[in-house]
Amino acid sequence: MFAGFFYLLRSRGLDVSLNEWLTLLEGMAKGLHGSSLTGFYHLCRAVLVKSETEFDRFDQVFLEYFKGVPYEGELPDELLDWLNNPAEDLNRSIEELKAKGFQDETLEEILKRLEERLKEQTEEHNGGNYWVGTQGTSAFGNNGWHPGGIRIGGQSRHRTAVMVAGERKYRDFRKDNRLDTRQFQMAFRLLRQLSVQAESAEKELDVDGTIRDTCDNAGTLAIRYKNPRKNTVKVLMLMDSGGSMEYYAGLCSKLFQAATKSNHFKELHTYYFHNCVYENVYTSPMLGWGGGESVPLEWLLKNFDSSYKVIIVGDAAMSPYELEEPRFNWSTRQYGLSGLQCLTHLKQRYPYLIWLNPEPMPARPDYWGQTHWKLGHMFPMYELSAEGLETGMKRLMAKR
Amino acid sequence: MNTTFTGSNQYVASSELMTAVNIAVTLQKPLLIKGEPGTGKTMLAQAVADALGKKLIIWNVKSTTKAQDGLYVYDVVQRLYDSQFGTNGVDDIARYIKLGKLGEAFSAEEQVVLLIDEIDKADLEFPNDLLWELDQMEFYIPETKETVKAKQRPIVIITSNAEKELPDAFLRRCVFHYIEFPEQAQMEQILRVHFGDLEENLVRQALAGFYWVRQLRDIEKKPSTSELVDWLRALVAGGVDPDRIVKEIPFAGVLLKKDKDLRSLQRALR
Repeated sequence: MFAGFFYLLRSRGLDVSLNEWLTLLEGMAKGLHGSSLTGFYHLCRAVLVKSETEFDRFDQVFLEYFKGVPYEGELPDELLDWLNNPAEDLNRSIEELKAKGFQDETLEEILKRLEERLKEQTEEHNGGNYWVGTQGTSAFGNNGWHPGGIRIGGQSRHRTAVMVAGERKYRDFRKDNRLDTRQFQMAFRLLRQLSVQAESAEKELDVDGTIRDTCDNAGTLAIRYKNPRKNTVKVLMLMDSGGSMEYYAGLCSKLFQAATKSNHFKELHTYYFHNCVYENVYTSPMLGWGGGESVPLEWLLKNFDSSYKVIIVGDAAMSPYELEEPRFNWSTRQYGLSGLQCLTHLKQRYPYLIWLNPEPMPARPDYWGQTHWKLGHMFPMYELSAEGLETGMKRLMAKR
Repeated sequence: MNTTFTGSNQYVASSELMTAVNIAVTLQKPLLIKGEPGTGKTMLAQAVADALGKKLIIWNVKSTTKAQDGLYVYDVVQRLYDSQFGTNGVDDIARYIKLGKLGEAFSAEEQVVLLIDEIDKADLEFPNDLLWELDQMEFYIPETKETVKAKQRPIVIITSNAEKELPDAFLRRCVFHYIEFPEQAQMEQILRVHFGDLEENLVRQALAGFYWVRQLRDIEKKPSTSELVDWLRALVAGGVDPDRIVKEIPFAGVLLKKDKDLRSLQRALR
């Protein structure tokens, strides 16, 4: 039953397990969906979806499977008036209506019939089963009882599920939206590696162990020590600053704040570069200006060992020559390494390295996207959004 | 199970929330509740317990809480003390086993409602450590070689503020509901529950002001229901003219708790 829906959910990236699916079927066997599509929608969502960030995706799949097309055709004002103010009120019970049975049809068919019906109709109708009217069992009108019906005007009294899903009000919760610092911070928290520090001279008194051993020792004191557990993750962040990155300044500063606020890292070092990493990086986002000092890349490579987790933040957009041509150094009047060579050094040195890019990967390497394209294939590159950061952090935890 | 939850006179529940509660109760799965602060996540358990006429057991989770604390605690220190003075019953370990909240809920004679509040405060591993216990509703005490098994499966309600991500294996065992921030009409209903009768115009103006503040883009910490309730109290106590509320947002300090937010409000009011 509905097995297609199950596979559709999975293929759209909702990680629904067989267990949850069986729970859903159990719920339906117990009548929890209340024999209505709306009830079914709520039951499905409660059992299958476990985070509000997935609600939107679920809504879309639900719509796709249960074929939702929001009706946006035009209606005569007169008709809307009848619908909004029914002249009589019929109190129908759901049982009564169910007994009559409804035709099973798709929303598309209903919409088509609605158009035909609109052409024929000339007067107000309440409680009927054919014309557009109120409280009836025809598929059109309001306050109605047709399970897949279309509401025309009025307040929704019995919201059908397809319409609820169609509102997509959980869009803002989607993880791939770019969100605030907190979301970033949450992602940074994934980056932790608690390890018992064997090399540490400091030892903690293991109170529980001491008491337990003392008891086992018939009351004679037996003191036990243990090694403290600490996060051993060390982070080196290299951020692109200025130029095409100005546009993303707000986003980058959020990322930076999140990183500095996540005080669970053992070490966090941040350096800045412009467009591409060359032989020098800088300690301030103003680069060499405004009190920023330049630090040779060589020093960086020497002083930060390969256990550092490196995060490069930049849009990777530059002219191809900026990446590939050797760089002329004005102070020494010599050609140095090209940007690509410097990046290769970084890549070789640090097995844990990701690139966060505020711009999504171009579909084809056009002129401005070609360096992005190239670097995107050279480095594990993720979009600078909460979701991208999360995936990136997971990547940083495992050696390639 | 015939009892269904339909809200209570102390608690206004949306129909979706009621559906979720009833799904969880019928399927005998823990109900995981998320939502903005101040949407009444914790209150829900109380309301469910009241509505179904069951006892409520609250387990408040803190950052130092371990899964074991909820099951039972073996008070070794007390036993050690007692052994030095040769108090009677030292050889009876069972005397030093104290059941935690989960243990209490399992061993209750009648079905209870168990609230595990703010599960995300605890360590990342915490939910995983409870998988078996919540699934099977039983645990084993090695010290006394005893198994504590639920006589009546408790109704378990778990709240989370999404500070930490919960493990998949844990989520798969739960029924999930996200409490949305109440819309204006529902909020009015909630205020009626809190205040009984209030002047119509005052409520309407206060709500308009409140939702206006909430939608301001620069506000970092949006005011929630509890702040609105406090604000209304302040407005009533201060005898503020309802027509001034939207224009001036008096007592804004009750709604907004951050300096920055207050400044943005001043800017927006100008």
